[in-house]
Amino acid sequence: MNALNLKKGASSKSAYNLQNLAGDHIETHTLAVMVDNEAGVLARVIGLFAGRGYNIESLTVAEVDHEGRRSRITVVTTGTPAVIEQIKAQLGRLVPVYNVHDLTIEGPAVERELALIKVAGAGEKRVEAMRIADVFRAHVVDSTLESFVFEITGAPSKIDAFTELVRPLGMIEIARTGVAAITRGM
Amino acid sequence: MKTQMTGADIVIQALKDQGVDTVFGYPGGAMLPIYDAIFQQNDIRHILVRHEQGATHAAEGYARSTGKPGVVMVTSGPGVTNTVTGMTDALLDSIPMIVLSAQVPTPMIGTDAFQEADTVGITRPCTKHNWLVKDTDELAATIHKAFHVATSGRPGPVLVDIPKDVQFAEGRYETPQKADLGHYKPQLKGDIAAITELAEMIERAKRPIIYSGGGVINSGPAASMLLRELAEATNIPVTSTLMGLGAYPAKGKHWLGMLGMHGMYEANMAMHDCDLMINIGARFDDRITGRIDAFSPESKKVHIDIDPSSVNKIIRVDLPIIGDVGHVIEALLKIWKSRGRKTQEAAIGKWWSQIDEWRAVKCLNYTPSSSVIKPQYAMERLEALTKTHNRYVTTEVGQHQMWAAQFLGFNDPNRWMTSGGLGTMGYGLPASVGVQIAHPDALVINVAGEASFLMNMQEMGTAIQYRLPVKQFIVNNERLGMVRQWQDLLHGSRHSHSWSESLPDFVKMAEAFGAKGIRCSDPDKLDDAIQEMLDFDGPVIFDCRVEKHENCFPMIPSGKPHNEMLLGDDSTENAIDAAGATLV
Ligand SMILES: Cc1ncc(C[n+]2csc(CCOP(=O)(O)OP(=O)(O)O)c2C)c(N)n1
Ligand SMILES: [Mg+2]
Repeated sequence: MNALNLKKGASSKSAYNLQNLAGDHIETHTLAVMVDNEAGVLARVIGLFAGRGYNIESLTVAEVDHEGRRSRITVVTTGTPAVIEQIKAQLGRLVPVYNVHDLTIEGPAVERELALIKVAGAGEKRVEAMRIADVFRAHVVDSTLESFVFEITGAPSKIDAFTELVRPLGMIEIARTGVAAITRGM
Repeated sequence: MKTQMTGADIVIQALKDQGVDTVFGYPGGAMLPIYDAIFQQNDIRHILVRHEQGATHAAEGYARSTGKPGVVMVTSGPGVTNTVTGMTDALLDSIPMIVLSAQVPTPMIGTDAFQEADTVGITRPCTKHNWLVKDTDELAATIHKAFHVATSGRPGPVLVDIPKDVQFAEGRYETPQKADLGHYKPQLKGDIAAITELAEMIERAKRPIIYSGGGVINSGPAASMLLRELAEATNIPVTSTLMGLGAYPAKGKHWLGMLGMHGMYEANMAMHDCDLMINIGARFDDRITGRIDAFSPESKKVHIDIDPSSVNKIIRVDLPIIGDVGHVIEALLKIWKSRGRKTQEAAIGKWWSQIDEWRAVKCLNYTPSSSVIKPQYAMERLEALTKTHNRYVTTEVGQHQMWAAQFLGFNDPNRWMTSGGLGTMGYGLPASVGVQIAHPDALVINVAGEASFLMNMQEMGTAIQYRLPVKQFIVNNERLGMVRQWQDLLHGSRHSHSWSESLPDFVKMAEAFGAKGIRCSDPDKLDDAIQEMLDFDGPVIFDCRVEKHENCFPMIPSGKPHNEMLLGDDSTENAIDAAGATLV
């Protein structure tokens, strides 16, 4: 049927599977990218990831220096060590980028994420949700007779664990900020 | 100087202060204020092209042949979308280019206004950087910044989008000296410890090779001179990418010829067998490397490049040196000399004997003919009759481009303009227009394929209007020859849509434009016909009818390593395996 006997879709990461990366393992890295807060800067960063076939696990951005109009983008990405190196070099090449820090290498780093989680329910389930929230140090930021909104901060894995536990108790909505990260010490 | 002026006048003043004397453009509604300002001054010459893509390639030809940035002006919407191919071309070949585009007035942005396009969105991936200017006070600084970004570091195209109301409004003008250029500042000087390590590697190398690229041309003429000095002093052979031709002279003693897919046998074999590879301003493009995991297996690899993202992108290197290649070679020569100018002379002598054996294969050999013009023969005669001229060559894309690269010799940088990275058919004619504008008295030849030529043939009108004596040398095989060649190699010679049918009469076309047309199909008459072209003081379209079925060799079939090249009389059956066929 396929006269040339070609394998379709030989590569999933990129259209051009030129690099022989067989055996190379996939790593997760957290990058902190300082940029000029100018129009379109986020589109540039996202476009770079999309255009070159890199992964984005999480991305957060906010202006951190209002006077200097600089924003900090925290991006969690995955790839082989060679791909991670390329991602950093490609980011560094963008004109509005000041610097790129690989917190996974420069670490140890603190990573935090915030989530707002709405749980609906009554009776025993409601009490149980409160109890779990207590253990995870989640705060109630809104409550009605039928629902709570919890606010929880922590490493992404902690938020994952919390949502696993409250999902069966009536979790109906969740909003997560994505990761903000910073190195420990000086 | 007065500092308050209209946005349109700011554009003109900024261009003047940047030393621009020529722009290539095409007007339209949103661009009218700037065109009005152009009308009222005489310092900047505006070249009216016939299609905005033509403006971009003309600007590329201008830039590549002068070392100065090319400047393009287009209107909003379709004007700017027509420049996308040219900007992508300039991005891949690292050509400095500034595109000034008009935009609908700021209050109308986002309303799907007439001739509105999301210009910064569309051109973000095909520029080094781009800007939408919403405030006339920021216009001057943005244009100066655009020139800075386009020309510094690894050069590339940039775009400044200027809404019509910003052109009309008054604002503050700032000179380039005063303007804030931001924090963009690429590293020029290489790390001395790394350069010293390279000097040591050169001292130890028994089979070294220099693999140079377009970066040497971009660094400026001084870098080409330093490259020559390095090769002469160390006796290291030099090969180059398509983009780097001319940096080391074709007549130079250390020249191996171009490398890569259609490069010279000796160059590719030497790349494969070397023990030290010094990449100077090239980027391990897939047209160069062939199969990655079989690429030059025994060599230590050094990569000198101004762009950190080029390093370790495709090939892991042993020693990266980030910096401008001119600076780095200069420092390298100094260090290597101060250490006593040592090389493994005897071993390198043996290396040269090996290279001479490869040379003896005579990989460019072809079967001559007395009845039809072989395309290789056409190139040989063109070379013989023009090589002593003050000559610039542009090309289109296809087999003719590779034959031109193989058979024409370039002894200086900035003399060879071709679309390497993007492979844009339609590049050569407008590029020749841009080159001729910059060098009015030179001989400018576009080696074209008949199919490529049709893609931007409207620019003959520009050549006529500005009296540009460009010579369009069409290697007419009535085929999309390169496509046909690949179909021969890996699609069972099923020539799906690779015929150039219903071709125009190129001689009549020349005459219709007001140029001279020459046709030749007889090898015996070719010299006279070429001479007639050269003697004519004006633009010529030369319809050189060549053998239709010639394939371009030597060739590294995709997916194969350097030492498995196909030569002209090899069988092409099963040359490319299934894995190779999936590659481009
Ligand atoms: C704009 C564009 N479209 C398609 C291609 C694919 N392509 C590469 S070479 C070629 C054929 C070129 O034919 P011609 O200009 O006659 O040159 P020849 O190969 O015959 O010398 C084509 C279609 C391309 N490079 N550029
Ligand atoms: Mg052709």
